[in-house]
Amino acid sequence: MSNEAHGIPTGWRRWVLSTNHKDIGTMYLIFAIFAGIIGGAFSGLMRGELMEPGIHFLTMFTNGDIEAAKHFFNVLITGHGLIMVFFMVMPALIGGFGNWFVPIMIGAPDMAFPRMNNISFWLLPAAIALLVLSTMMEGATYPGVGAGWTVYAPLATSGHTGPAVDLAIFSLHLAGASSIMGAINFICTIFNMRAPGMTLHKMPLFVWSVLVTVFLLLLSLPVLAGAITMLLTDRNFGTHFFDAAGGGDPILYQHLFWFFGHPEVYILILPGFGLVSHIISTFSRKPIFGYLGMAYAMVAIGVVGFVVWAHHMYTVGMDVDTKAYFTAATMVIAVPTGIKIFSWLATMWGGSIKFETPMLFALGMIFLFTIGGVTGVVLANAGVDTAMHDTYYVVAHFHYTMSMGALFSMFAGWYYWIGKISGKPYPQLVSKIHFWLTFIGVNVIFFPQHFLGLAGMPRRIPDYPDAYAYWNYVSTVGYMITGVGTIFFLIGVVMTLRSKERVGDNQWGEGATTLEWTLSSPPPFHQFNELPKIK
Amino acid sequence: MSLNKIVSVVTTFLVTFLFSGTIAFANGIYSAEPEQIGFMEPATEVMRDIVEFHHGLLIMCILVSLFVLSLMIYIFIKFNAKANPTPSTTTHHTGLEVVWTTLPIIILLVIAIPSFKLLYKEDVIPESDITVKVIGNQWYWTYEYPDYDDFSFDSVMLNEEDAAAAGYPRLLGTDNHIVVPVNKTIRMIVTANDVIHSWAVPAFGVKIDGVPGKLNETWFNAEREGIYYGQCSELCGKDHGFMPIMVEVVSEEKYNAWIEMAREEYASNKTDNLTRVALNDALPAHQVKEGIAK
Repeated sequence: MSNEAHGIPTGWRRWVLSTNHKDIGTMYLIFAIFAGIIGGAFSGLMRGELMEPGIHFLTMFTNGDIEAAKHFFNVLITGHGLIMVFFMVMPALIGGFGNWFVPIMIGAPDMAFPRMNNISFWLLPAAIALLVLSTMMEGATYPGVGAGWTVYAPLATSGHTGPAVDLAIFSLHLAGASSIMGAINFICTIFNMRAPGMTLHKMPLFVWSVLVTVFLLLLSLPVLAGAITMLLTDRNFGTHFFDAAGGGDPILYQHLFWFFGHPEVYILILPGFGLVSHIISTFSRKPIFGYLGMAYAMVAIGVVGFVVWAHHMYTVGMDVDTKAYFTAATMVIAVPTGIKIFSWLATMWGGSIKFETPMLFALGMIFLFTIGGVTGVVLANAGVDTAMHDTYYVVAHFHYTMSMGALFSMFAGWYYWIGKISGKPYPQLVSKIHFWLTFIGVNVIFFPQHFLGLAGMPRRIPDYPDAYAYWNYVSTVGYMITGVGTIFFLIGVVMTLRSKERVGDNQWGEGATTLEWTLSSPPPFHQFNELPKIK
Repeated sequence: MSLNKIVSVVTTFLVTFLFSGTIAFANGIYSAEPEQIGFMEPATEVMRDIVEFHHGLLIMCILVSLFVLSLMIYIFIKFNAKANPTPSTTTHHTGLEVVWTTLPIIILLVIAIPSFKLLYKEDVIPESDITVKVIGNQWYWTYEYPDYDDFSFDSVMLNEEDAAAAGYPRLLGTDNHIVVPVNKTIRMIVTANDVIHSWAVPAFGVKIDGVPGKLNETWFNAEREGIYYGQCSELCGKDHGFMPIMVEVVSEEKYNAWIEMAREEYASNKTDNLTRVALNDALPAHQVKEGIAK
């Protein structure tokens, strides 16, 4: 370490004042795990309530008050959505793995703006604190925001008179500012700090995926910020952007929200696509098949992702030609997604596959994302969506893409890189049990929800007609299985960190070809003081 | 389990899944059945078309998923580290890449044509016989019959005991409900008073948001008499799950008799409702609730 320009900071200064991309990445990962536990606990309360018809479960948290329990359910769905999107998936994939490995993979010593990186992270704890605080403030009649993660006007304006929604809006403002700064940081890093010889077309796919993702963030988040600021002024300063009585339009809010919201779902899944590509290639001991096709498929998904937003709004009363356009545009996305799925299969074809835990999660992701993809093609059709819109079919669809697509790629990334990050191996048996319990559990939760949706059960209701009892019960049993799986994940985390064993520079052998495997495990505090040359 | 057994289990599952929509409902009550896995029994031509088109899509879904799954299983068996110790180095095959780009495009085109046909059939409203106006409120529906002197009434969910007494399913029965004649085209005009609601009847293939300050339109033509149920389908606050929709489809004669009865019974509600709408327009949002309470 004698060639360092300064010593390594220690104690609280190392973390709170950190400008090191690996330390900040680690903090992001820890933050995401905590947020994931909160968001997961919220869904546990929801599934607990939905296990049987009637309102029996949430009343335990409201002193037996059924009316308060109904609102509490809405607070839970709102919190679950916001926490999972803004405080779990994005911090884990972009903030955590992106921060850790994008600079390393392109042969850079750190991010372009290390101090901005620090504030990007430290805005998040403030943001989640505001969100948690909002659950305790007056909302409608009872505390908390019960307007869903979409916070549609006028339910979020005249429907929630208390300050809870204002705090939630501030929370999103902070999380949004954090992500916009992060996006700028990644774009500058990837465009300016690649090692000599690392051309764009030689960049690892994970870096490509983060590059596309951060462009989506940069272009879509300001629209969300604008929309929620308009909500804020409608609520507090007498404007009428979304109030028909004052000449405004409630549907305008939905257009603005989904102009952000649809790219957002690709923001959640694209880094996972990049990650899975590396894992498939590593454990097949084969280079990725159709590299350019893979990279540009992600670019295509990103571009087309901006012109499909109103497929979330087929029932708001749009013109039929508009619906026809959004149907066609939405189905187009299946083409680049198909290219990715088939290229992964072709990468494995002829390979020499080892079924290590990260590979299991990556394979699970490919198959389950395929199921989420085909139900997405069903939902894209505005004609059929009349029957599915706002039912559990939609819930099943987006959890197959998010809870199985994004979450599985996160776990895949965790097991793939934890050896590199900590220098210690993950426990084999515990991690495999974690995979199988999660795989079985999430399918038992979400597959029956397709049935509920087809049978017409609306989303976001705390109690349901008795006919829907059976599959809801099954779904809750699935949650319990997944919950036990998550405990095994946490046991695995603790066992990894307490392990006395050490892993070598390249844990995975010749299949792992990206630059992080040329460094020690864990990498030095500052890597690449001399830039690597890429052939 | 032998292969034959697996095949038979899968076929039984698919058959139930695909044709569950055709189970006859003897009691004339149309809502979901316990353990149901498919659509409700369709009661309009539009919903039948939706179910039929969805069957096509479902077959596509199953084929694509099974194709990917079988490729994966083949790969696991053939190309695991034991079976294939030396990996190949192929990374390109232009022909293959062209095929897996064009094939999905062809599949999507095949889907798109019937999809657009269905969409335009649903969305373009035919000449209607009767118009009913629906107004969503937190948390009940108000119905108006503009063709018959604008009589109007509120439709509020019955509690568990009252629903059981009336013979309606729990959470789906309401105190008053709309009655419409069979085999007639009903035009629904849908709006809302406070926040966005969504008027949905699954058996009709109808779902349309009621948005404050906007009038949305939809239609249905029910082919069979009976009671049809739906639920609000846009999150609208605390009691979003407790503002069901109940539509009774009856013969022409019964309908006329009901209209005579309803005209008298609900006549006094007319002004009441107008005042409430006016009140909503005049007062800032947070005062409306108190205004109604008075």
